[in-house]
Amino acid sequence: MSILSTRKADKIDALAEGGTSLAMDALRRTFRNPVAIIGLVIVALFVILAIIAPFIAPKDPYVPYPELQNQLTPSNIPGPMPGFVLGSDQNGYDFFSRLLVGAQQTLFVGVFATLIGVAIGMVIGGLAGAFGGWVDTVLMRLTDIMLSIPSLLLAISIAALLPGSQWTVIIAVAMIGVPVFARLLRGAMMAQRSSDHVLAATALGVKRRTIVFRHMLPNSIGPVIVQATLTLATAIIDAAALSFLGLGDSDWRRAEWGLMLGKAQELLSVKPSLAFYPAIAIIIVALGFTLLGESMRESLDPKNRR
Amino acid sequence: MALLDVRDLSVVFKRKGTRPFTAVDGVSFSVEPGQTVGLVGESGSGKSVTSLAIMGLLPKRGAEVTGSVTFSDTELLTLSDKQLRDRRGRDLGMVFQDPLSSLNPVITIGLQITEVLERHRGMSRKEARSEAVELLGRVGLPDPQRRIGEYPHQLSGGMRQRVLIAIALACQPKLLIADEPTTALDVTIQAQILSLLSELVSETDTALIMITHDLGVVAGLCDEVNVMYGGRIVERAERHGLFARSRHPYTHGLLESIPRLDAPRGEPLRPIKGSVSDNIEWSQGCAFAPRCPNATDVCWSDPPELVEDRGGMLRCHNPVAAAEDAVTEGAL
Repeated sequence: MSILSTRKADKIDALAEGGTSLAMDALRRTFRNPVAIIGLVIVALFVILAIIAPFIAPKDPYVPYPELQNQLTPSNIPGPMPGFVLGSDQNGYDFFSRLLVGAQQTLFVGVFATLIGVAIGMVIGGLAGAFGGWVDTVLMRLTDIMLSIPSLLLAISIAALLPGSQWTVIIAVAMIGVPVFARLLRGAMMAQRSSDHVLAATALGVKRRTIVFRHMLPNSIGPVIVQATLTLATAIIDAAALSFLGLGDSDWRRAEWGLMLGKAQELLSVKPSLAFYPAIAIIIVALGFTLLGESMRESLDPKNRR
Repeated sequence: MALLDVRDLSVVFKRKGTRPFTAVDGVSFSVEPGQTVGLVGESGSGKSVTSLAIMGLLPKRGAEVTGSVTFSDTELLTLSDKQLRDRRGRDLGMVFQDPLSSLNPVITIGLQITEVLERHRGMSRKEARSEAVELLGRVGLPDPQRRIGEYPHQLSGGMRQRVLIAIALACQPKLLIADEPTTALDVTIQAQILSLLSELVSETDTALIMITHDLGVVAGLCDEVNVMYGGRIVERAERHGLFARSRHPYTHGLLESIPRLDAPRGEPLRPIKGSVSDNIEWSQGCAFAPRCPNATDVCWSDPPELVEDRGGMLRCHNPVAAAEDAVTEGAL
C-alpha cells in the first residue's frame, strides 16, 4: 500500500516536472528504442567524420602522389602500401584520404538537397493547406504532375538541363523531394483545418496568420521532419546515382562517394575495392538515416503512444 | 432590447449531387443580458449548427445561412470575416465539447490564454501572463503559476475544461455559448464544471447559451429552455414549467426516459422509440410524428406552428395532457 502510494507520488512528481511537450515526449520515446540508437550512432559518426575528415586524412586527397603514379598502369592500380592505407585510385591519389573526405561532400549534397526540397515543398504545401480552395487545387495538381514523373527520370532531366556542377546534383535531387513534402504538409494541415482546436481558436477571434503559424503549422510539422530524415538517405543514394550516370558534377577530382563509385565502374576488374568502399559507405549511411527516420516516425505516430 | 436576437435562422447544407439538407429550420429565440438559455435536443436536432451559425463558424461553401442574428444591434450574419474575427472571443465566447481536442497540443495553455488577451485586450505579453494566472485561479485550477507552463496533455479532463472556460471568459464576453461542455467529463466533474459556469456567468452578468442533450444540466442551470427537434424549436418554457408540465410529447419522452432514483425498483425505462433518422420532412407534417405516441392523422398532413402556450411556446397538434387541450386545438 505504502509502496504503491510512494510510487504514485513519484509518478506525480515526475509529471509535475512540467514543461514536457509532445515533441520532447516523442524524442524520449525515440531514444528508448535500440533501433533508433543504432541509427543515431551511425548518423552521428558520419557527421563527426564529415566534420573532422580534412584534419585526420593522412594525405592530401586532391594531390596525385608520384610514388603511386609510378606504379599506375592500365591493368594495375597499386593496392595498400606503407603510407597509403588503401593504396591508390585510378589517378594516383590516396584512396583512403579521398574516402574520408568523401563523407563531407556526401553529407553536404545530402543535407542541402534535402533542405532545399523541404523548403520548397513546405512553401507549396503550406500555401495549399493554409488557403485551401483554388490555391490548393492548382498547387496540388502541379505536385501531382511532378509526382507522376519517375523520380530518377525527373532528376536526370533536370541534371541534363543545368550546367554540370555540384549544385546541379543538389537541385536535381531536391526536386525529387519537393512534391513529397508538399503533399505531406498539405495533408497534415488540411487535417488541422478541420480540427477542434483550430475551430476553437477561430471561435476566439484569433487572427488567420496566428492560426496558421501557431496552431496549424507546428501540429503538422512532425511527419515532415520524419520524412526529411528518410529523404536524407534517398538523397545520398540519388546523388550517387546521378554521379554514377555521369550527370551533374563535372569536376572528376571531387572526392564524393557517388562520383567515386561512378568513376570506378570501368575499373571493376582492375581494382574492385575502388567501387566497394564508397558503395559500402553509402549503404551504411543510408541505413543509418533510414533507421533513425523510421523509429522517429514510429514514436511520433499517436497510435504507438503508451 | 435583447442582447442576442435570433430571427428565423435557417441553415441549409448543400452539396453537389446530394439533396440539400436543412439542419436548422426557422429558429427564433432571444437572450437577455445575464440570462441563461438552454438549447436541448438529441444528436442531429440542429442545436450545435445553430450555435456555429451564430458564431459565423460554418464553412462559407456548402452551408447557406439565412435569417438574422442581431447581437446588441449589430447584424452578425452580414459582417465581414475580419469584423467577425474582432468580435469573436471579445463579445462572443464559446466553450466546446471535447476539452482535449479543443486545446492546441503543442503549445502551453498559458500561451493559449495570453494570445486571446493580447489579441483583444491589447495587453503586453507580461500583463497578459499575470492576467492569465489570475484567470486560471478564478476557474479553480490549482497552482496556476505552475500550470500556465504546462501542455494540455498534462492536465486532467476537468482541468482542461476549466482552462477552456478561462480562455472563453478571458475577454469578458457578453455572451458565452457552451456546446455540451460536460459531455466528455465524469459525472462528478460535470457538476463542478456546471456550478463553475453558473457562478462565473452570474458574477460577470454574462449571458449563456447552454447547448446540451442532458436535461439534468438544464434543470440546474437554465432560466429558459428551447427544445429542438429536426432543426426546429418544438417547445419553449421557463425551466420549472418545462419539468413540471412538459407539453410536447418529445420533451415528455425525454423526461420519461431519464433514470430516476425514486422510481420503483425494476421499473423499465421508457425510451422514445425510433431514432432521428425516422423523421419526416417538416413540410409534410410534424417531423416527430413517426415516433410520437400521440400522433394522429393531422400530424402526418399539417406541419404544426409554434404558438403561445401557457406562457411558453409549443409546436404540437396533440400535446401531452390532452384533456385540457380543446382550447389550444381550437386556437389553431
